[in-house]
Amino acid sequence: MIVVDIRSVDKTFNAGRTGEVTALTGIDLAIEPGEFVTLLGPSGCGKSTLLRLIGDLAAPTSGTVAVNGKPPGRARRDRDYGMVFQAPTLFDWRTVIRNVVLPLELAGRSRSEAQAKALEMLELVGLREFAGHHPWQLSGGMQQRVAIARALTFEPALLLMDEPLGALDEMTREKLQGELLRIWSETGTTVVFVTHSISEAVFLSNRVVVMSARPGRIVGIVPVELPYPRDINTREAPAYFAKVTEVRELLRGSEVASR
Amino acid sequence: MTDPGFVAPRSRFSRPQGDRTRSWGGNRATRLVPPLLVAVGVLALWELTITVFQIQEFLLPKPSTIVSTLFAELGVILRAAAFTLRSVLGGLLLGAGAGFLVALTTSRFSYVTEASVPLAAAINSTPIVALAPIANQWFGITDPLSKIFVVAVIVFFPVMINVTKGLISVEPSQLELLRSYAASPRQVVFKARLPNALPYLFNGLKVAASLSVIAAVVAEYFGGPREALGVYISQQAALFHFAEAWAAIVVASAIGLALFGFVTLAERLVMLVMPWQVAFREGE
Repeated sequence: MIVVDIRSVDKTFNAGRTGEVTALTGIDLAIEPGEFVTLLGPSGCGKSTLLRLIGDLAAPTSGTVAVNGKPPGRARRDRDYGMVFQAPTLFDWRTVIRNVVLPLELAGRSRSEAQAKALEMLELVGLREFAGHHPWQLSGGMQQRVAIARALTFEPALLLMDEPLGALDEMTREKLQGELLRIWSETGTTVVFVTHSISEAVFLSNRVVVMSARPGRIVGIVPVELPYPRDINTREAPAYFAKVTEVRELLRGSEVASR
Repeated sequence: MTDPGFVAPRSRFSRPQGDRTRSWGGNRATRLVPPLLVAVGVLALWELTITVFQIQEFLLPKPSTIVSTLFAELGVILRAAAFTLRSVLGGLLLGAGAGFLVALTTSRFSYVTEASVPLAAAINSTPIVALAPIANQWFGITDPLSKIFVVAVIVFFPVMINVTKGLISVEPSQLELLRSYAASPRQVVFKARLPNALPYLFNGLKVAASLSVIAAVVAEYFGGPREALGVYISQQAALFHFAEAWAAIVVASAIGLALFGFVTLAERLVMLVMPWQVAFREGE
């Protein structure tokens, strides 16, 4: 079964009014279970908007989006996915564990069950010993790992990540990319990941969806056949560089075409 | 700040184990020393000036005279203070409670909030205490309700404005996160809006605590039962008993300070359970 099924989707902001912006046009995309798919493009290409359509934080102007065969609103209420934003979006007044517990708490799960699950997820992101800390006592990278742990508490079929590593320094970023792949392989969840970093997209994904701006559209989908598990050696392999180049040229070509 | 009465919450709470906390020099006890020294100095200078320049005591009594008068008149003054304190507390409870509830209700409808907050801010900057003679007509000059009413109206606005700001200033990404987890409107209020509004509530209450004593005493200047601090002050001043008037003023100030201290203490206690600290985010 297809996890995400997007058919001829358009998204226009302020339709029919002044300041009308076509954010997305003619989007078709199908994502298989267990895939790691990256939406890559310059700012303004609508990659975040596309993610928000999947996550039911916005509705398409035309076309259909289905998540696990359901409309996104249904999938959201069924808690089919976890979301991670660019900012960790943690609640300062809650400890790390209580932040991770939050989705289960909202779903009315029992305290002990939620607690056990949250500890398990903190273990997965390597922050178990920080359970009692407050978010503001952690580094930016640690905060984002807490956000990832929180997104995983439901063992969601779909993990939606909107530039989750975008605010981190290069070293933390590469480290978390590795961790994310490990978590992905351990949980088997489907990931849709938004980024504007070509190297990040190639390193992480099965497939890179290359998008271009004005209007936002898909200019090509690049499969990345590099074997998993990927590590530091992957980043130095000629095949990796070849992929980065391929994606970059696709991006540049679309830019030239849209001028 | 364009809105009078609105004080942005500060995140000055710091825990010793925090990574990003800083101590601002010395512990709490040593920080109290400079203001205490200044206070003692001012009192000594006051005492000295009156003695040296032989200023008439009815113009400005010496601090020592005020203190001795306070103890001589302690029974009467404390009875009056107790009456005034009841008006203050009653008004605070009513006004702050109403302010909180109105904020909670109107913040659910953004168009109501947009209309009500500027209006509340405008009313908040008017001399509401001028209502006192009218309240006396409505409730009866000796009825405590006439004073409670004035205090409640004055306290209502800073609490309502601050709590509304706190309820609506939740980060949009936090609301989206809760939406993505299918949180009910009720859960959004309890998990995000109310916790976010707590520091704002305490700032509103601090403003309210100071205003409430002023409101009660000034309202009593317009008439009230004989055993009320404001009535006592105005009567003693009319009789040229300035030491007595000053002694009562000292007690009124003490009530204001005590209320402010009580709110600060309550805030500290709540912060032990729910420490807010504006999140540190890289790249922002």
